[in-house]
Amino acid sequence: MAEQKPEFWRWHEYTWRDEGKNWKDYEKITAGVDIGSVSSKAAIMVDGELYSYSLFRTGSSSPDSAHKAIQGCLDGTGMTLDDIKFIVGTGYGRVNVPFAHKTVTEIACHARGANSMNAGVRTILDMGGQDCKAILCDENGKVQQFLMNDKCAAGTGRGMEVVSDLLSVPIGDIGPLSLGVDREPPPVSSTCVVFAKTEAVGLLREGFNVAEVLAAYCAAMAHRVVTLIQRVGVKKEFAITGGISKNAGVVKRIEKELGVEAVEIAPDAQLAGAIGAANFAKDLLAKQMARAAG
Amino acid sequence: MVSAGIDVGAETVKVVILNGDKIVGRSIVRGGLDRSKSSDEAMDEALKSAGLSRGDVERTVATGIGRKEVEFATAVATEIAADARGVTILFPSVRTIIDVGAEEARGIKTDGTGKVTDFAKNEKCAAGVGSFVGSMARALEIQLEDMGPLSLESDKEIPMNVTCVVFAESEVVSLIHAKVPKPDIARAIHGAIATRTTSMVRRVGIEKEVVFIGGVAKNPGVVESLKRHLGVDFLIPEEPQMVGAMGAAIIAATAN
Amino acid sequence: MLANYGYSDGSGTYYITLDTDKCDGCRDCVTACPQQMFLVEPDDYDDDKAVIKEAMRKDVKYLCAPCKPTAGPRELPCETACTPRAIVHSW
Repeated sequence: MAEQKPEFWRWHEYTWRDEGKNWKDYEKITAGVDIGSVSSKAAIMVDGELYSYSLFRTGSSSPDSAHKAIQGCLDGTGMTLDDIKFIVGTGYGRVNVPFAHKTVTEIACHARGANSMNAGVRTILDMGGQDCKAILCDENGKVQQFLMNDKCAAGTGRGMEVVSDLLSVPIGDIGPLSLGVDREPPPVSSTCVVFAKTEAVGLLREGFNVAEVLAAYCAAMAHRVVTLIQRVGVKKEFAITGGISKNAGVVKRIEKELGVEAVEIAPDAQLAGAIGAANFAKDLLAKQMARAAG
Repeated sequence: MVSAGIDVGAETVKVVILNGDKIVGRSIVRGGLDRSKSSDEAMDEALKSAGLSRGDVERTVATGIGRKEVEFATAVATEIAADARGVTILFPSVRTIIDVGAEEARGIKTDGTGKVTDFAKNEKCAAGVGSFVGSMARALEIQLEDMGPLSLESDKEIPMNVTCVVFAESEVVSLIHAKVPKPDIARAIHGAIATRTTSMVRRVGIEKEVVFIGGVAKNPGVVESLKRHLGVDFLIPEEPQMVGAMGAAIIAATAN
Repeated sequence: MLANYGYSDGSGTYYITLDTDKCDGCRDCVTACPQQMFLVEPDDYDDDKAVIKEAMRKDVKYLCAPCKPTAGPRELPCETACTPRAIVHSW
């Protein structure tokens, strides 16, 4: 058997549910499913309160990934897909959520989700697997301005995966390693992952160690997204969502360059899209029920 | 007088040695990470082919991205200046130069005396330059030299998102899985480079004659695609990747 | 809402900004654009608003090039056609 090359970019999948709640006690059961290019997330809400959520890797088929994500929220609860009254699909693969009642763009969902997780949030930087978005929203989580960059891998999770593979460092270790350095080489190219990769190899040759090269890479990525977010401006509170929000090496450097600290959004910033979608589902369900009641 | 031009590019180092206005020696070597060392190797190989030694060379002008790392150079010139000088000697009638190298692409306008009147560059992004073709050849699991001929077997336009090399790599993998023929994929890749090159050259304006130089000009797939996109015919020197080094050697020979 | 469609890469920053608070969904931009880049469709909050077609967002620099001469005054068909002045190009 061929030896499997370790995949350093892989991260952990998980599910969670609120053991203290019995979903049968609630009336409005809604869900949001966020199919990203790299990860698939689902969240179930009962009367607007978070009940369960899941985070998985996106497979080659978006519909299968959507089923897997929602199943992760249902497992062990006795709830079935039919018990969920309204489901909103979002994310890059949103048109491929076969059981969704409606789709909403990830921009609207991230704003809504981050704002519902921390009511003070007005600026959201979403760093996903294949894109990066800067969003301004109002006190209700409604989008006021947005800007998106999905043309190239610079500033995206995919760009981070490339460097994790190149330097054989597990993706979760990049942040801590990059923050523990005594000296930082000049940042590598912030506009192109391919060139950054070549420059990273050059830095190793010059005698910088792996952690220092990671620091240079994180700095480049931070600079890239800061130039994006400065086009929309930053209003407090500022939150970072998406996979890169878990990389402290990038987050700390963004905060430093912007001069603004990012607030924490519990339970997991990666779920903002799914939770936002579940919130949209709750409103849409309420509208539907009001219509039915005449 | 013996003079030398050395072009330290992102992937290869090229040297041209002139005795008067005659080419007496030349070399092309793959550049390592240590550019100073690769420069020495390229210079020694060119000298050997000319039957000369270091002491015989009066002046050496370095150009290319690594031009400042050539310890034995007596002066440096930008790639744009070197291109313009080299092209003017080879093709005096040329007014527009398209240079697509491994990591940078340039559109240059000259006045026919070797002077640059305008230029545009594509840098800081690997889509649209030579390293893009290299990455894609790896993703297709074929030799880089085979990319051009392979793409010429196709006449299909397939939709492909080729705005970023990193994203395109994953897209090529899924196209292969979807059983899309490799010639069609190769053609789409060359089309993407041609689109970018065309838009870059249009910024400086196209004035006849036009020449296409740089390592990518050796790829018949890009050449064919660029002709289609640009809508004009262009010249290609026999060794398109040597023009920068040639220009640098001429600058060295005529400096006073 | 200010919706910025486009991108920023090594060569520069290219965004078309659509102000959805000004946009009345009249479709004048749809007919004005020689590249057919605009579309009017319901947004996330169920109002009919103009958007740039998704497949074209990563190519705005190239698609808009014919309407942007390097010299002389420029009059972009989309900006001119939009009575409420909801369309602005960043470059």
